[in-house]
Amino acid sequence: MTAAMGNRNVKIAIFLVGLFIVAILPLFFNESSGFIDDCTLALAYIVMALGLNIIVGFAGLLDLGYVAFFAIGAYTMGWFASGFYAEADIHVFVGEFASSIPGIHVNFLIVLIIAAAFTTLAGIVIGLPTLRLRGDYIAIVTLAFGEIIHRIAINGDEVQIAEGFPLTNGRQGITPVDKIDLPFIEPFTSLNLRPWYWVALALALFVLFVNFRLRDSRLGRAWIALREDEVAAISMGIPAVKTKLLAYGTGAAFGGMSGAFLASYLNTVNADQFAFSFSIFVLAMVILGGLGSIWGVVLGAVALTFINYRLIPDVLNDVPNKVGLDFDLSELSFGIFGFLLVIMMVLRPEGLIPERRRQMELEQGIGTGDTELDLVEP
Amino acid sequence: MTDASPDLILDARDVSKVFGGLTAVGGVNFGIPRGGIVSLIGPNGAGKTTFFNMLTGLYKPTTGRIVFDEKAITGGRPDKIMALGIARTFQNIRLFGTMSARENVMVGEHARMRAGLFGSILRTPRVRREERHVSDKAAEELAYVGLPPNTFDQLAINLSYGDQRRVEIARALASDPKLLLLDEPTAGMNPQESDELTALMHRLRDERGLTILLIEHDMKVVMGVSEYITVLDHGEKIAEGLPEQVRNDDRVIEAYLGKGAVHE
Ligand SMILES: Nc1ncnc2c1ncn2[C@@H]1O[C@H](COP(=O)(O)OP(=O)(O)OP(=O)(O)O)[C@@H](O)[C@H]1O
Ligand SMILES: [Mg+2]
Repeated sequence: MTAAMGNRNVKIAIFLVGLFIVAILPLFFNESSGFIDDCTLALAYIVMALGLNIIVGFAGLLDLGYVAFFAIGAYTMGWFASGFYAEADIHVFVGEFASSIPGIHVNFLIVLIIAAAFTTLAGIVIGLPTLRLRGDYIAIVTLAFGEIIHRIAINGDEVQIAEGFPLTNGRQGITPVDKIDLPFIEPFTSLNLRPWYWVALALALFVLFVNFRLRDSRLGRAWIALREDEVAAISMGIPAVKTKLLAYGTGAAFGGMSGAFLASYLNTVNADQFAFSFSIFVLAMVILGGLGSIWGVVLGAVALTFINYRLIPDVLNDVPNKVGLDFDLSELSFGIFGFLLVIMMVLRPEGLIPERRRQMELEQGIGTGDTELDLVEP
Repeated sequence: MTDASPDLILDARDVSKVFGGLTAVGGVNFGIPRGGIVSLIGPNGAGKTTFFNMLTGLYKPTTGRIVFDEKAITGGRPDKIMALGIARTFQNIRLFGTMSARENVMVGEHARMRAGLFGSILRTPRVRREERHVSDKAAEELAYVGLPPNTFDQLAINLSYGDQRRVEIARALASDPKLLLLDEPTAGMNPQESDELTALMHRLRDERGLTILLIEHDMKVVMGVSEYITVLDHGEKIAEGLPEQVRNDDRVIEAYLGKGAVHE
């Protein structure tokens, strides 16, 4: 008992030290350095990957259309915090600059909540038709849903909600998008990336917290039970429909929040951002890290972000040239992710950091633990 | 027995299940007296598990009507039926493989818990108390079915076969059911474990007032525990009665002929 508590304290200490380092990291880099930029993206992707982890990792529902929630979250920011609807003149708790320009300008935190609400709804809508389906079929339906949202984003510039209020701005994108402007602190700018980083970190911590809390809860057990054996789960009193919809809804909400943040950070909401390949990108993070493993998914998100934004464009891009080939490696990035996934499946199918439960399986297979030590000692 | 009377905790009338052209269960009438231990036996493929699956809502009966505790549950949702008080185990053990024994049993308490999404995220004092209570209760149930305490937090799939069967029973008990359905609980158990299980069933009825419906091939267990036995063959009820009556029933002996199970 005390050993377990000591163990827990050590874990908390490691977490706090790690958190401190991560929190002060931007101070060691130039305000607008590319590294902080990459880290901010990585944090935003951690939020998405942990959201998808609830759906795929915990509840075992293979979702290939997660990009839809990125899109809906981003568009929520585009609609409610930009000059896109210039004919409107609505300002809700925004700073001086946003107050002075036409359009709909709502405070970042409020839009974040609206984005979470919209995507939760979308998650439930996509969840409903998949409830009677299993495995591969869920994947196909969610894939289609992602693609439908993508198409709507591309062609939405011709869909008028009302006169002068098109749904999207198609491939041109809604830009600029309001920068984060919170009370008591300076408005964010694209010159100083540190505040963006910290907001992304706060979001990531929040989602991390929710993941841990849910995993060790009645709901988390219900998700895992459904994932392991649906027949046994429903026979033990778990309402399958409600429980699955809660997974879709919660997982989607985090995709939406991250999407809303990214819209503001990237300063654009462009239909081309919402391609199928993005769903695979996030799914690869979850699988690479270890389905259902919270820290594994964090690691997977960071690793793939840096591979995608650093390693491939900056380091590896010259390689084809050097060996006498002429193509752009970054266009192959998804081929590279696919390759990585195949290697993972062969070498370490449980992911970089296996889920605690799978780890336990391994450890207990070898037979460690305090009881044996007690036996050895006189 | 087939007359509806208020002391039947479960009353199934003219229940049948047809799969394509195959009648797995055909027009069976079946009643369980409250507080009784009754058995459903029959050769392989007789329709016993199919009958269980209809009682628990996994299969929708093709015809018939099932009343449990004075409520119609015909074709109801499995989770709702379980919440009403019918819990079961499975013929092929169906534990949640990546969960510990304790967590498996905690899942069985799902229907009796109240924590929701936000409560779980905030881990309110109420949710915290509930979690602790449920975890303690899971340990109690595991101890009750005779699992060694040092195995409570081991992965269920790493336990011995007999212990896995026990965890499944504990998981079913966790929901405080009124009626417990056991589908061949001694399959794969050694004789000593089977005896322990027989004793456990008596304790469950005497100490907790549970009603038990047992599917079982081991005639020693069946004869040792059952107050009433119903025999199915090819989906139809071919005999029912007290153990001695069923044991000497010609049709039953015929149905089992070649398997020798009756004369064990
Ligand atoms: N889902 C299903 N679809 C089609 N046929 C089924 C299904 N479930 C059961 N059956 C058939 O119904 C018949 C009865 O099966 P059931 O499993 O109920 O038998 P049982 O009495 O439990 O046998 P055992 O002692 O072998 O467990 C069998 O012929 C079986 O093949
Ligand atoms: Mg059977």
